[in-house]
Amino acid sequence: MNYKRPKADVVIIGLGWSGSTMAEELTRAGLNVVAIERGAWRDTTTSFPTTRDPDELSGSVRKDILQAPVTETYTVRNKADQTALPLRRYHNLTLGNNVGGAGTHWAGASWRWQSFDHQPYTRVMERYGAKQLVDGLILQDWGVTYDDLEPFYDRFEKIAGTSGTAGVINGVKQPGGNPFEGSRTSPYPTPALERTRANLLFSEAATRLGYHPFPVPSAMIGAPYTNALGLNLAPCTYCGYCQLYGCGNWSKSSPNICILPVLMQRPNFTVVTESEVIRINTTPDKKMATGVTFVDSNGDIGEQPADIVITATFTLDNTRLLLLSGISTPYDFASGQGVVGRAFTFQTLSWGFMFFENEYLNPFMNTGALATQIDDFNGDNFDHTGLGFIGGAGIQSLCNQGLPIGMAGLVPEGSPQWGKGWKQAFQKGYQNYAQIQGQGTNFAHREQFLDLDPTYKDRFGQPLLRITFDYNENDRRSGRFVRDKCVEIAREMGAKQVWGDSFPDQPYSGYRPWDSSHVQGGVVMGEDPKTSVQNRYQQNWDIPNLFVIGASSFPNNAGYNPTVAVGATTLWTAKAIREMYLKNPGPLVRV
Amino acid sequence: MARYLLRSALRACINGGVALSVAALFAHGAQAQDAPADRVEHGRYLAIASDCVACHTAPGGKPFAGGLDLNTPFGTITASNITSDRATGIGSWTLQQFDAAVRHGKGPNGHLYPAMPYTAYARMTDADLADLWAYIRTVPAVSQKVVENKLPFPYNIRAALIVWNALFFDSTPFKPDSAKSDAVNRGAYLVEALAHCGICHTPKNAFGSDSGATYQGTSLQGWHAPDLTNNDHTGLGKWSAEDIVTYLRSGTNRYTASSGPMTEVIVNSTQHLTDADLQAIAAYFKALPARHVEAPQPLPATNAQVEAGRREFVVQCSACHTSSGQGVANMIPSLQANPAINAKSPDSLLNILLAGTTGPATTANPTGAAMPGFAWKLQDDQIANVLTYIRNSQGNAAPAVSTTDVAKARKALGAQPVVWH
Repeated sequence: MNYKRPKADVVIIGLGWSGSTMAEELTRAGLNVVAIERGAWRDTTTSFPTTRDPDELSGSVRKDILQAPVTETYTVRNKADQTALPLRRYHNLTLGNNVGGAGTHWAGASWRWQSFDHQPYTRVMERYGAKQLVDGLILQDWGVTYDDLEPFYDRFEKIAGTSGTAGVINGVKQPGGNPFEGSRTSPYPTPALERTRANLLFSEAATRLGYHPFPVPSAMIGAPYTNALGLNLAPCTYCGYCQLYGCGNWSKSSPNICILPVLMQRPNFTVVTESEVIRINTTPDKKMATGVTFVDSNGDIGEQPADIVITATFTLDNTRLLLLSGISTPYDFASGQGVVGRAFTFQTLSWGFMFFENEYLNPFMNTGALATQIDDFNGDNFDHTGLGFIGGAGIQSLCNQGLPIGMAGLVPEGSPQWGKGWKQAFQKGYQNYAQIQGQGTNFAHREQFLDLDPTYKDRFGQPLLRITFDYNENDRRSGRFVRDKCVEIAREMGAKQVWGDSFPDQPYSGYRPWDSSHVQGGVVMGEDPKTSVQNRYQQNWDIPNLFVIGASSFPNNAGYNPTVAVGATTLWTAKAIREMYLKNPGPLVRV
Repeated sequence: MARYLLRSALRACINGGVALSVAALFAHGAQAQDAPADRVEHGRYLAIASDCVACHTAPGGKPFAGGLDLNTPFGTITASNITSDRATGIGSWTLQQFDAAVRHGKGPNGHLYPAMPYTAYARMTDADLADLWAYIRTVPAVSQKVVENKLPFPYNIRAALIVWNALFFDSTPFKPDSAKSDAVNRGAYLVEALAHCGICHTPKNAFGSDSGATYQGTSLQGWHAPDLTNNDHTGLGKWSAEDIVTYLRSGTNRYTASSGPMTEVIVNSTQHLTDADLQAIAAYFKALPARHVEAPQPLPATNAQVEAGRREFVVQCSACHTSSGQGVANMIPSLQANPAINAKSPDSLLNILLAGTTGPATTANPTGAAMPGFAWKLQDDQIANVLTYIRNSQGNAAPAVSTTDVAKARKALGAQPVVWH
């Protein structure tokens, strides 16, 4: 049965971090907001009760909290002349499937991106010129700078309660923080988490090598905190069940903890759960969006008319929704023209792995983002002259794993593979294993893009999204460079066995263990309608009442996790809607 | 305007008991349908302060349409429909009938049971009663027939209440005490006449009437309504006036978070009161005379139950309440020297531990952090031990909780059995 819901001022597709942040801003401004979420309701206390011990088998192994590939997936190929095949098993992209989205189960690394990351084109041209770019690389500015976003980074941290040690406040370097970070107007809301033994070994080694270690900012709260919306968070207990789990301890910032309790009290907010939007509706001339069409949990088709449509789904699904709705010009690989699906990026991971001899690293005490990092080789914090690449990586001692099943395969090389010998090696290895992650940049490239798959369809008969991606030459060069740095520090830490890996040395695969889950772009913001889908306010160049928010707007990927940058750009856009668009509905940027 | 009327009414009383004549009131009543908006609004505020909606609304039901079962020691009484529906509500009533019910405990079918707190409302001023009626008449009609009296014999004989009223019902209107501040008098009126705190917090005698132990705390419906008197061990002695205000406004304060029926009172009623009224309530309680409560000697750490309970505390409780038991201000109650924990009766603790408790979600503190129930997880002896430990450590001292106490509570609450053996 088809039905039509009463018209809303705003419809928001997806109620994860960006959707709920936007909903809070717009309901507070008095607008009547309806959010449509494909997942079910989740509530901190009842969905993740602290009486129930987290279960690694259902969480990390069976991935209960994720959207299953059998429900909806993507097809993947490395090159445009290959046939893409669907990802039929759980893969590296960890999609949320509940109110709160991936913000419920995320690991919690809470970065402000650097000034360079928002203006890579300007910075590279200024310092190196076009010769620094490998063939086919696409580099462009966002149209919004770090300085523009600073107040919104600040606000989002105060919603999330982010823990960390400030590196630069009002231009003044602070002891113990990241000396390379963009200048902040205030310190982190809560203090950095306690360090692990592995973090301390990393810190000491990095300092000896002349680098500048600091605690990674985290969604795991360092002290009790009342956030900007009046909600209370409790300090983290380092239980180690963050990534792929909801936090029942009120200790990991999530939409469920930091926003939804306030939102649900507002009479001008409605959430429609277990309903998937399949299309953004437009006027016949495609000049205005009129609302969305969704399939509810009964299989009935509903329509939600609205004056403003905001798409806040997972990065890839933002692109797919525009393609399915025939909005803006799709990217055409052959001609290089078109914008939707263009400037798609992933991340370049490099690793240093190590076994110590007689350590007690106690890895069971961890959090999803318990890490100590150096940014000496991230972004443009070092001179790339003669290196043949741009970008780099955040290099970190990451203590985010200590669960028994996940650690079971980690035994030093040469250990027995079964029996008593293996058990002894596992026991010893558990206390002696550590890792250094290089979370590296990936810049857009002519041959990396998203479009609709010609063959495979979802359960509603709509084409799946097709990913065409492989690492480019810039990644291969930066990856090896960063891997060597990881190995250098691992050796300095005094580990007995050390080995490294640079992922771009193999073709991209969605099934690679230890890989990043961060994809960006496809619906990017920018200064030129020929190379971006939306303007600097994340407003569609063609349809002024359509805003696509999230990491799909970012034309490049940093050596950082994206969530806080997503929060900041969402708040930036919310302000533009409240203070500019509502007063004068229409394009906020004219070219 | 409403506040002006209220103040002038109060002043009228203070200045020598000049009460509005009943006739004048009734004239107001006749016009109630057209009562000025500010009178209706003031009536709405009085209805909130008196928390009418708490009993007169069934879970998930329409406001004021009745249907909530109140389980009293004498049997079940179901709250009536007080919407303006003429057939099933009180839409055909006059102000006289409303007054008879609210302040005198007399309904159209005879005497009301004192589950309806007319014993408190009797102290309401004439002006407030008229405003309350003006508001109640504007409540949208809901057709819902409610069978109010499901009491067994002999309690189902309403005439018996004539005797009860003669013995226990004090219908004296509220009289301010000129020796006390305006705030304390206003607080007294709010607490005694409107909010009817004593209905839960004052122990009852065998006939269900208030004993002399005003606000000393008592158990009802599986909860212990704590001691509100000024003593450090079990009462509000350590709370400042601001702690009381913060608690009533947000459901939480630096020491604790509300639980059980008090959460409903805060969410439905006290969070909506003006700051001045909350300050007045705090002033009233802080002005009550200090009461000495002899703290017992805590059980020694070597006591077997305390020792076993400490281990349960570390495993089950410390993640949220923190290792020291300090909790998190405005969110997770501190267990340290907590008067509610020291109450002689462990009823609330048993209820919370077995069934869990949904935290308050108020405008001032929307967090609504809750505690999950442990009935499925902990055996009776484990619960008895951990409660005995908490009640005899961290600055607390209270009688041990026995396995039998837990078993009884588990049965009374209908809590599930433990899922493992």
